[in-house]
Amino acid sequence: MATVQKKQKTPLIHIVKRPQVAWYHSIIVRAVAIVAALAFSGIVITLLIGENPLEVYSSIFDGAFGTSRRIWNLLQSMAMLLCISLAVTPAFKMRFWNIGAEGQVLIGGLATVIVMMFLGDKLPLPLLFLVMTAASILAGIVWAFIPAFFKAMWNTNETLFTLMMNYVAIQLVAYFLKVFVKDGSGALRPMSEYGFPAIGDNQFILNIIIVAALTIAVYIYLKFSKQGYEISVVGESENTAKYIGINVKKVIIRTLIISGALCGIAGLLLVGGTNHTINVETAGGRGFTAIMVSWLAKFNPLYMVLTTFLIVFLEKGASQVSTDFRVPEDISNIITGIILLFIIGCEFFLQYKVVFRKTRKEND
Amino acid sequence: MAKKIALECRSITKTFGSVVANNNCNLEVMQGEILAILGENGSGKTTLMNMVAGIYFPDEGQILIDGEEVVISSPKDAFNYKIGMIHQHFKLVDVFTASENIVLGIDDDKRFNMKAVNKKVIEITQRYGFIIDPEKRICDMSVSEKQTVEILKVLYRGADILILDEPTAVLTPQETEKLFSILRRMRDDGKSIIIITHKMHEVLSISDRVAVLRKGEHVATVNTPETNEAELTELMMGKKIDLNIKRSEPKNSKDRLVVSNISSVNEEGRPVLDNISFTARSGEILGIAGIAGSGQRELLEAIAGLHKLTDGEIIYYTPEENKPENLRDKTPIQIRDLGVRLSFVPEDRLGMGLVGNMDIIDNMMLRSYRKGHSFFLKRREPKNLADRIIKDLEVVTPNANTPVRNLSGGNVQKVLVGREIAASPSVLMAAYPVRGLDVNSSYTIYNLLNNQKENGVAVIFVGEDLDVLLELCDRILVINSGKITGIVDGRTAVKDEIGLLMTKSTSLEEDADGKEVQ
Repeated sequence: MATVQKKQKTPLIHIVKRPQVAWYHSIIVRAVAIVAALAFSGIVITLLIGENPLEVYSSIFDGAFGTSRRIWNLLQSMAMLLCISLAVTPAFKMRFWNIGAEGQVLIGGLATVIVMMFLGDKLPLPLLFLVMTAASILAGIVWAFIPAFFKAMWNTNETLFTLMMNYVAIQLVAYFLKVFVKDGSGALRPMSEYGFPAIGDNQFILNIIIVAALTIAVYIYLKFSKQGYEISVVGESENTAKYIGINVKKVIIRTLIISGALCGIAGLLLVGGTNHTINVETAGGRGFTAIMVSWLAKFNPLYMVLTTFLIVFLEKGASQVSTDFRVPEDISNIITGIILLFIIGCEFFLQYKVVFRKTRKEND
Repeated sequence: MAKKIALECRSITKTFGSVVANNNCNLEVMQGEILAILGENGSGKTTLMNMVAGIYFPDEGQILIDGEEVVISSPKDAFNYKIGMIHQHFKLVDVFTASENIVLGIDDDKRFNMKAVNKKVIEITQRYGFIIDPEKRICDMSVSEKQTVEILKVLYRGADILILDEPTAVLTPQETEKLFSILRRMRDDGKSIIIITHKMHEVLSISDRVAVLRKGEHVATVNTPETNEAELTELMMGKKIDLNIKRSEPKNSKDRLVVSNISSVNEEGRPVLDNISFTARSGEILGIAGIAGSGQRELLEAIAGLHKLTDGEIIYYTPEENKPENLRDKTPIQIRDLGVRLSFVPEDRLGMGLVGNMDIIDNMMLRSYRKGHSFFLKRREPKNLADRIIKDLEVVTPNANTPVRNLSGGNVQKVLVGREIAASPSVLMAAYPVRGLDVNSSYTIYNLLNNQKENGVAVIFVGEDLDVLLELCDRILVINSGKITGIVDGRTAVKDEIGLLMTKSTSLEEDADGKEVQ
């Protein structure tokens, strides 16, 4: 708490917890945060690279919405990030700190690639897609089930466990590439002939539709199903869950199976629906960004559409800025960082208010 | 000789958000005086004292020590002005000894000389009549010994103004009497003592003057010898209140729950329940008395299927056919599936009975959401139940969609008890159901328990206030260190008898632990 430390001085400001805030208040605070973030990053831009901030902002917009191709790219990136965010949400809502989405996605992608590689020429396409889907979901489930089982049975630390499972998944992918990429380049040739079909002539629409459907499904599951209710109760208070007779172990394992399955689907969409190949960077850190997306949206899948948009928009805009102004990507990352800091920081002002000390009454 | 004012609070105001905790409070304490601060929960007693102790800072108003205005913005400042506060929840390091805890945090750039510290501690104990071993570790101490260490901590730093926040809440009647005699000795030594409490008879027996707070405002300060219980209650509540609990004769009592020879151990393998046997009958309130942590919680949890037993049986007799069902080693769900209508109001309301962040409807649903085969929740029935409880029990809340953590303690408890009673139980267990509740809410709860009893429910009531136990219960079971030390008749027993049973040593092992035998 900020207080003036000098003796015989009363603290100048103190911090008070707010009661519930009205909806319009929270919108105003967030809007102010975004404006303040833009203003502050404007100053930083001018100081660091001497460019006109307005031009930089327009370059950010250009990077996100400049052409129809960029818009599709934006939507595709949003779909991928959103899918993984949906996947981590049930676990996080249960206070199970699953930071292993990266590995769960990657292992789902690896399963997809293996099916494509070994069954691609043996099965008709519709059947192949089914097998790819089943394999990726199963792989994701296995990767999430292992830490969940240990947590439920022996209360192991799920954060460390899921984190380490990431490295195992990465190394498995590296090993796979080493063994099956015979030309020594380390890069697997895309197997586009076995990829998901384009709708119209756009390859991404299918991904976007699938993720949109999943968003609604997860929202309904968490909010209106008995299982979703159990997840909330276990997350809020394990003691209450036990008291009303919820089998906590079962809920942990069941929830992580759902979480892992969704991660598996994300891997499927990244490999089968997007890249048609795999490398250790396929998940690309989205497994961690997804945690931020989910948290910023307070675990509400519908809000997550907005937070995903914000993060992908900044990401696309930042890379455009670095091309347009020929500045290192770090500069644009700084801008992204500033904007995120303000947006996350404004949550503080939604929960607390700063009170300045009133001047003493003149009656003594 | 006129006594000097040691501490004075002038028009202190403190708000938390929109809640006014203290409004324009005035208070003065003399040297060599015991001042009781009396008020209901939420009347701002603790907040006011926390400002004196430097934990909060007042929004408005002044604090004067020995007639001079001072600014206390941290507990360290408070110590500099020789003010020490003993909090309700002890702040001690478990693995340290008494002396180590006492000197912890004293920063005088010198190395600790533990021998000298021990000597000084013993000096203080002799002066005021404490009994404590300065080299005993906190984790080996009883609750009253821990409290002694907290008081010594403050005295060691040379405090002249001592503030004790509900010091007797964790003590037996005998321990309370001992503490009071120590406090009187300190007063005679010239120290100022402020004791926060809401127990009327303690106020009358210990204090010289009483300051009464109501809804954050200081309503009066009266001299203790010139007042009485009725007047103080009226000041505290703002109106006259009938403080009698009506107790009806049990009608048509049948054995409902027969607990025989149950034992259990905690995670470290130490026994928490030791060969406990009793019977709860329908149409009767069975009280359970004991020092906090004597196994009350585990006993109720064992009946509810939440605490594993190593030995013994719990037999439930169905009200309809008198058919015995053994509840041991069954999960709460299995117990419910047997048709056992067991309701349980746990001690930890928001951490176990309810989910603080969920609204009243979703909390109602905790008991009923499983009904039916649908994959989805049905919120209509819980909504109706929530509305009914809000209306019948006069729960103060904007609506049924308010998270229960935003309700006051009394209203939280009404929601929980209301839900448990709505399940039309045949056995109702309630652990400390009035803890932290104001007088009005407490009586609402007593009435609800009495109604259940009259409807033929077997009620088990774990309480801490012996006066209430004696007024409410038909029989009182006394538990100490996981053993039953006696079962007495609520109509004929006296308080001292129960107090003795609460501390009665039941085995040699406890003597070795250093618990005092009364």
